[in-house]
Amino acid sequence: MSVKLLLAKAHIEGIRGFEVYRREGGYQSVEKALKQMNPESIVEEVKKSGLRGRGGAGFPAGMKWSFIAKPEGVPRHLVCNADESEPGTFKDRYLMEFLPHLLIEGLIVSSFALGSNDTYIYIRGEYAWIVDILEDAINEAKANGFLGKNILGTGFDCEIHVQRGAGAYICGEETALIESLEGKRGNPRIKPPFPAIQGVWQRPTVVNNVETLAAVVPIINMGGEEYAKIGVGKSTGTKLISACGNINKPGVYEIDMTISVEDFIYSDEYCGGIANGKKLKACIPGGSSVPILPANLLLKTAKGETRYMNYESLSDGGFASGSMMGSGGFIVLDEDQCIVRNTLSLARFYRHESCGQCSPCREGTGWMEKILHNIEYGKGKISDIDLLWDIQRKIEGNTICPLGDAAAWPVAAAIRHFRDEFEWHVNNPLEAQEKNYGLAHYADPIHVPVTA
Amino acid sequence: MVKFSEAQLAEVKRLVARYPEGKQKSALLPVLHLAQDSFGGWLSSETMDYVAELLQITPIEVYEVATFYSMYNTKPVGKYMFEVCQTGPCMLRGSDDIIAYIEKTLGIKPGETTADGLFTLKTVECLGACGYAPMMQLGKHYREHLTKEKVDAIIDECRKTAGVLN
Amino acid sequence: MSEQQLFKVTIDNITIEVPAGTTILNAARQIGGDVTPPAMCYYSKLEGSGGKCRTCLVEVSKGSEKDPRPMPKLIASCRTTVMDGMEVKNITSEKVVDARAGVVEFLLLNHPLDCPICDQAGECHLQDLSYDHGKEGTRYEFERRTFKKHDLGPYIQLHMTRCILCYRCVYTADQLSKERSHGVLDRGDHAQIATFIEKSLDNEFIGNVIDVCPVGALTDKTFRFKNRVWFLKPMDAHRDCPTCSGKVTLWNRGDEVYRVTARKDKWGEVEDWICNTCRFETKNTSDWVIEGPREIDRHSVIAQGHYQGSVGMHKPTETFAAVNAGRAPHLLMDIHSVSEVNKDSSL
Repeated sequence: MSVKLLLAKAHIEGIRGFEVYRREGGYQSVEKALKQMNPESIVEEVKKSGLRGRGGAGFPAGMKWSFIAKPEGVPRHLVCNADESEPGTFKDRYLMEFLPHLLIEGLIVSSFALGSNDTYIYIRGEYAWIVDILEDAINEAKANGFLGKNILGTGFDCEIHVQRGAGAYICGEETALIESLEGKRGNPRIKPPFPAIQGVWQRPTVVNNVETLAAVVPIINMGGEEYAKIGVGKSTGTKLISACGNINKPGVYEIDMTISVEDFIYSDEYCGGIANGKKLKACIPGGSSVPILPANLLLKTAKGETRYMNYESLSDGGFASGSMMGSGGFIVLDEDQCIVRNTLSLARFYRHESCGQCSPCREGTGWMEKILHNIEYGKGKISDIDLLWDIQRKIEGNTICPLGDAAAWPVAAAIRHFRDEFEWHVNNPLEAQEKNYGLAHYADPIHVPVTA
Repeated sequence: MVKFSEAQLAEVKRLVARYPEGKQKSALLPVLHLAQDSFGGWLSSETMDYVAELLQITPIEVYEVATFYSMYNTKPVGKYMFEVCQTGPCMLRGSDDIIAYIEKTLGIKPGETTADGLFTLKTVECLGACGYAPMMQLGKHYREHLTKEKVDAIIDECRKTAGVLN
Repeated sequence: MSEQQLFKVTIDNITIEVPAGTTILNAARQIGGDVTPPAMCYYSKLEGSGGKCRTCLVEVSKGSEKDPRPMPKLIASCRTTVMDGMEVKNITSEKVVDARAGVVEFLLLNHPLDCPICDQAGECHLQDLSYDHGKEGTRYEFERRTFKKHDLGPYIQLHMTRCILCYRCVYTADQLSKERSHGVLDRGDHAQIATFIEKSLDNEFIGNVIDVCPVGALTDKTFRFKNRVWFLKPMDAHRDCPTCSGKVTLWNRGDEVYRVTARKDKWGEVEDWICNTCRFETKNTSDWVIEGPREIDRHSVIAQGHYQGSVGMHKPTETFAAVNAGRAPHLLMDIHSVSEVNKDSSL
């Protein structure tokens, strides 16, 4: 059993309500932070903890907080990014549904640290019922003096408002989220200026993911240094992983980032192995945007070392042979799955979600989808594979926001590691309509060249 | 005539009060949700003009937003909208079969509404229920771990509820 | 007021000093020529414009004197301000040339290429961009996107298929008119300029959206299919207008005014916004005081009309050697020897 800092109490009856949550030690971090600490020392603790943004980019949270501008007389805002939309990711939903008070607690402490008197939770519109859960929690916290005016008699005022989105993946990008919060189309802004200087309503703003803000609670309770001792290297603390796809036990798991990928997939404590007795073919370990890896490169790095579930190990080998921790959306594909079809599905997703503002993403995502559609349905050419590679290359890095990269990487990685499956589709168009390429050699041990 | 009730207007007022003075446009998304729920499950141009007037913004600002977000319907939809997720993780768990089954059972393609106006089928992209796939959104809630039997039961349930209401 | 701080910036090995706060693109425009990145969405007179089309991407090989690290990605030069000691590569960067060719391909992907019947042909920035930075041929094998047609009223013709979504017309309506009634609807590859409900655009300054449109998406309905721009003679003219500056360019053939536009500078940007009355309703030569021929860039097809200086044919007086720094014309092949190929080899 690994350490659980966020979900340890998720299964206690009634933990969704204030009373039980408080009885189980809830809101202690608010008391500690507001009464014994000041904003600077909270930021310092979060810096010491090494907490990295849990939304996908993995940027150090304490550092992000320290960038916020503090011009005289201008209000600042904390915005919680609950627009969880990355395919494969459903961890924030779990946290908000079962432990709403943990998020509210983290938000109060973080709002105090950043000087935000009006804090917003921007939640994806489809999570409609969770809005009610959060608003209930906010009302309870308010009724018990943890929100509103003069919290715990410390003079700190804070309101939390829940804002519903309306169906747009792009609003998970922080500047698109800010635009949406202002009642506009979710078009990402051109940076600079960054939100820390000019965010919502041109005011200094910090946007953090749900899990990041919830993690502030154990950091304040145990201290940043203690938190940093959990995990390994720059992957400190615990991480929520939402596991899905062809596994026996899909769900949300909290790991301390010292577990190997193989253990995570096969142990009964976590995914419980591949469903229906099938074999592992491939995995997208950090949400649909990160590179897909074949079974062999997933379990072992190119150097032949065991791969672990943490930021460094998952990205070992760069994009050539590694992937990313991303948002923790862990998508497992068994031997019956078709990589071309999976890539097509994701390409369709990114085309659907492109805001249309900048040309490479608007035009390139649709083009990739059309070509992948041809290959999947037996109308592809071998040259299409190179064309796909060239299109993704011309999107990546050339767009306003990371959606372009997110659309390019899955296509690039699929071709990089599964090129022969694409070629098989092209060369056997009829057969490819009837059956899949199967496991092929994708789980074979990788030859590791011996170096002196 | 499109018009909110007193209670709904009070809710609009509460929403607007959450933002700084003069930033009432920020309430646009929540108010559009309220309008869609209140006026037949979709946003007519009349409804959108009404929302623009309430929030003191121009109608085009409302149209721009309403057509951007996938949850707003700018055309009429059925009483029950089956929004079935078709993205990668759901696809791995058989969402294509579920969509095909609904198409066959209701005799409609994605984007269409049954002749009796009861059901609309819509394919959607990732709703954040990947571990509970295949799934669909029905109104405010998710229906997860879908099977053909479950789909049948949901259709029955909708028909019954509609019958009771009529 | 303190003296304005000057930053030194080097673009394609040419160094200039510009006031702090200047964008890379505007610094490059001060140098001019090939050093200047193309801009399809940025418009210096429209606040908030730019950053979207990605044609002006450049490589920053040195961030500044203080922090010399290069920037990891290509950046939009229209929205990035210079730093002191910054070094920028535009056409000297292979990455930029490659990315830009990619952007051109993306912009042309769904563009109908109906130039033969497009009123913008001859003054289209997308034509220029493709010619200067694109590759010949297309790799796109699918049907091009179409849209439901929208009528914007008696003055402005919208061809959505040609639109590159630069948003300039949206900023124009926002910044010149009291209430904007058109905008960008839908999203992604289906995003479109429209009014949602059929509505004509009738603000007194709305005609300027035609001039800011870089392509033939918004054209002058009163000029539609009337003539090709390169057959017309652009003349600067003015009149006493109660609404706008009244400073325009008339596009004449003989004594007939075919079209009225705002005057555009060498970057294709409007110098003074003009009103609808001047643009659409004032088409008698007698309404205007003619100032003289409008100077047109010699690279433009419109300049081929040789209207400048005198009306009609204008013969160049310089010899080839004079304009080519003394070098004589370089003969690529000797026509006499080439003609040998026509001889019957059996003889």
